[in-house]
Amino acid sequence: MVPRTPRTTGTRRPRHAALVRATHWLTALSFLALLVTGAEIVISHPRFYWGETGNVNMTPAFSLPIPSSRASVPTGYGYVLPDQNGWSRALHFEAAWLVVLTGLVYVIFGFVSGHFRRNLIPEPLERGPGRLAAAIAAHLRFTRPGREDDGAYNVVQRLTYLLVIFGLFPLVIWTGLAMSLTFEGAFPGAVILLGGRQSARTLHFFVSILLLGFLLVHVLMVYLAGFRRRVGAMITGRPVDAVETVVQAGEPR
Amino acid sequence: MSGISRRKLLTTGLTAVAGVSGLAAAAKLAGRDGLIPPDAGTLFGAGGTLTYAAQRILMGHAGAREFDRRQISTAPFANPVDPPLDGAFGRLQAAGFADWRIDVDGMVARPASFSLAELRSFPQRTQITEVACEEGWSYIAEWTGVPLAHILERVDTHPQARYVLYRSIQKDWWDSIDMADALHPQTILTLAMNGTDLPVPFGGPVRLRLPRQLGYKSIKYIVRLTLTDDLKKFGSGLGSSEPDLGYSWYAGI
Repeated sequence: MVPRTPRTTGTRRPRHAALVRATHWLTALSFLALLVTGAEIVISHPRFYWGETGNVNMTPAFSLPIPSSRASVPTGYGYVLPDQNGWSRALHFEAAWLVVLTGLVYVIFGFVSGHFRRNLIPEPLERGPGRLAAAIAAHLRFTRPGREDDGAYNVVQRLTYLLVIFGLFPLVIWTGLAMSLTFEGAFPGAVILLGGRQSARTLHFFVSILLLGFLLVHVLMVYLAGFRRRVGAMITGRPVDAVETVVQAGEPR
Repeated sequence: MSGISRRKLLTTGLTAVAGVSGLAAAAKLAGRDGLIPPDAGTLFGAGGTLTYAAQRILMGHAGAREFDRRQISTAPFANPVDPPLDGAFGRLQAAGFADWRIDVDGMVARPASFSLAELRSFPQRTQITEVACEEGWSYIAEWTGVPLAHILERVDTHPQARYVLYRSIQKDWWDSIDMADALHPQTILTLAMNGTDLPVPFGGPVRLRLPRQLGYKSIKYIVRLTLTDDLKKFGSGLGSSEPDLGYSWYAGI
């Protein structure tokens, strides 16, 4: 068996395992569908409440300054948007199933294959607060990662991905399920713990905003690190210009 | 190919096989236990079927959450009926709904027609549950009425009946539920709200309240119940008048 050498470039191990690549793109696809349909569903009632209940006869915690697809919602706009909730809800739940099942496969793979231990848990050398601060500073200065970073994630990436995988995704699933009346009936404690069904809806909105923020920063970072190279690596498993490097006889970057 | 790649391929393969055989087993189970909704064949049928089957298997007979008296909303909201109620309803309303009747037909041994007075003389159930609209708003109220199960027992439902269709006095407004929901103790022909006769905007004189599912399944102004084993015979065959608008038949989520 080949010894594990995560930081060594030039091994035959791909930057991203096939299962990581497949689940990454399935997640990306589902998340985009969830984002679009989620925004569409919000338009039918762009008001958010805290507690068990909320409707137009009650004071919202906050409202989004957007028009609505329902005439019954006071928005201050003189028009009503077309109702698109039917297909939006259906696609939202279909994409939710896809992302949950994909996530399950990914998490099981992550534990079984050592992907989490090897690629996402910060390495002992990186764990000190000084190292972490340095890595964050490098990120904030938009320092482009070098070739030596091809083989592994840095500590900021590792912590962010762990937060998204084990924090935001479980939270968005939990707050989403908490809005299901059948789920609430079977597990009322899971809704009460969130502060009620309307609180769950409000939290679902905020966690979605955080996930959207992650997506935007993630895409920005991929862009700064070399869009073609990184996206190519997530499709084929290897940085795209690995072949070019040979052709150009290892021209220094 | 190195040992690690082979191992990964094996892991990926095993995961895929487990996933596919899991789906196959689920489909077999669904066919046997009737876990496939009438609109399973539509564009987003896969997600809807997964939700219906998963909730029926995992959450089974659990009822909707019931609340304390102090959680009753002081400002409930009734979605306006579109189109507005017509002259026939107005005439029944002017006579205090004395002539309002609910006909029960289809797969029953004793078809029947009940007046509101008869419905009031039957055993009543009172429950404090939430109305949650697919748009996102909600309120909690105390509802009193006759459990649908009592009506079904009274007309002697055939054991082959699989669904109850319920129709509004409003033209082209009807829906259906499976027997698990129809026989559920919380599914009631609702005659009163918060201790008074059910107000017209909230569905009075009689509304079918189904607190395990979203508000759009709780149809207002019920005039007819039909028991059947085949929803294909009705409308576009998808179990309700809503699929034309894109709304899924099962609304437990």
